[in-house]
Amino acid sequence: MINKKVNNVEEALNGVKDGMTFMLGGFGLCGIPENAISELVKLNVRDVTCISNNAGVDDFGLGLLLQNKQIKKMISSYVGENDEFERQMLSGELEVELTPQGTLAEKCRAAQAGFPAFYTPAGFGTEVAEGKETRDFDGKMYVLEPAFKADFAFVKAWKGDAAGNLVFKGTARNFNANMCGAAKITVAEVEELVPVGELDPNQIHIPGIFVQRIFQGKNYEKRIEQRTVRQKN
Amino acid sequence: MALDKNGIAKRIAKEVKNGYYVNLGIGIPTLVANFVRDDIEVEFQSENGVLGMGPFPFDGEEDADIINAGKQTITTMPGASFFDSATSFSMIRGKHVHLTILGAMEVAENGDIANWKIPGKMVKGMGGAMDLVASADNIIVAMMHTNKRGESKLLKKCSLPLTGVGCVTKVVTNLAVLEIKENAFHLLERAPGVSVEEIKNATEGTLIVNGEIPEMKI
Repeated sequence: MINKKVNNVEEALNGVKDGMTFMLGGFGLCGIPENAISELVKLNVRDVTCISNNAGVDDFGLGLLLQNKQIKKMISSYVGENDEFERQMLSGELEVELTPQGTLAEKCRAAQAGFPAFYTPAGFGTEVAEGKETRDFDGKMYVLEPAFKADFAFVKAWKGDAAGNLVFKGTARNFNANMCGAAKITVAEVEELVPVGELDPNQIHIPGIFVQRIFQGKNYEKRIEQRTVRQKN
Repeated sequence: MALDKNGIAKRIAKEVKNGYYVNLGIGIPTLVANFVRDDIEVEFQSENGVLGMGPFPFDGEEDADIINAGKQTITTMPGASFFDSATSFSMIRGKHVHLTILGAMEVAENGDIANWKIPGKMVKGMGGAMDLVASADNIIVAMMHTNKRGESKLLKKCSLPLTGVGCVTKVVTNLAVLEIKENAFHLLERAPGVSVEEIKNATEGTLIVNGEIPEMKI
């Protein structure tokens, strides 16, 4: 077993520097790497590029880095829930690259899988395709999209072990699984770090080879963005 | 009388057939799930990574790790599955999802759709809409026929930045059901009590009215 375990978030984020590109898992606030985000705020790294489907809300998730003006550029598919984001974008302080959600996921997966680029039909004929190579396959037009290049991927899983194996829960898997192994260093934080051998190899979502550092996360808030319920009768 | 949002959803629910995997967008499309016949087997896909979505949870049973694409807490049905985002869009891009229902700000007579951006005003992003419209063969747009200023949303040409080109095949509005083909809106059904004249007046794009137009049955 190759041991990926580090003792805490400080060790896990060793080497993080100004100007780097980070991938951060999560959809809305579901499955975001809460511990890594708090530490990035504490480290106060500046001018970073963040690849994340969303930008958090004003006072949680990536919104915390935005409030602190640490982000130079965001690459996301949907940023609707964050006023500070909209303000910084419209004023030109923040550079934003809006990317179709499936393309965003595939740009992560391509980086993970060693593909330099891929063709997708998403965005053809729209401003997303401007300046990009397009090509006809069997009478349908596609846009060439390059894989992402990132320094760190910060992901959050439900359970993991020191070998770096990960298991996700519910829809918290989202981009987390696709970002593993898609950056130079993948840092996984888990709700429960279990002894090696406890996870059933048949049930592992991400094999440890895609993870360089893993640590037991703490104090998860797991905030719900849109609590929606029905009443009994 | 023109339909309300639930009326539009009810009419669209009739397009959902036995054995369909269906992706519902945010807004009116979400309501469609409430009106699908219960004697057919249908699975709802949400692009954040769930197939077999169920109703909202009971108060106190919500789980932060189980949400839909609108970030609302949900439940799952027996036989449901969770997966990562790339797999989710493999289902969409790979045409494994049979029907996509989504909202729009504008639709053009050639099937173009705009629903993600108002320059200088609204910058929320396209989410999964561009992937959905570029890939799905069977796309129904659910929307009001006119905007808040009373202007037609069924146009000759979209004025807003496009989400996709030539992809919409059917539009269900508060006034009518229309099919898009050969660069025109073809009127198929009228909302109960709405005249062809009213629909003509609310449609800026080319409208083809062939013979007697029946009222919707909902």
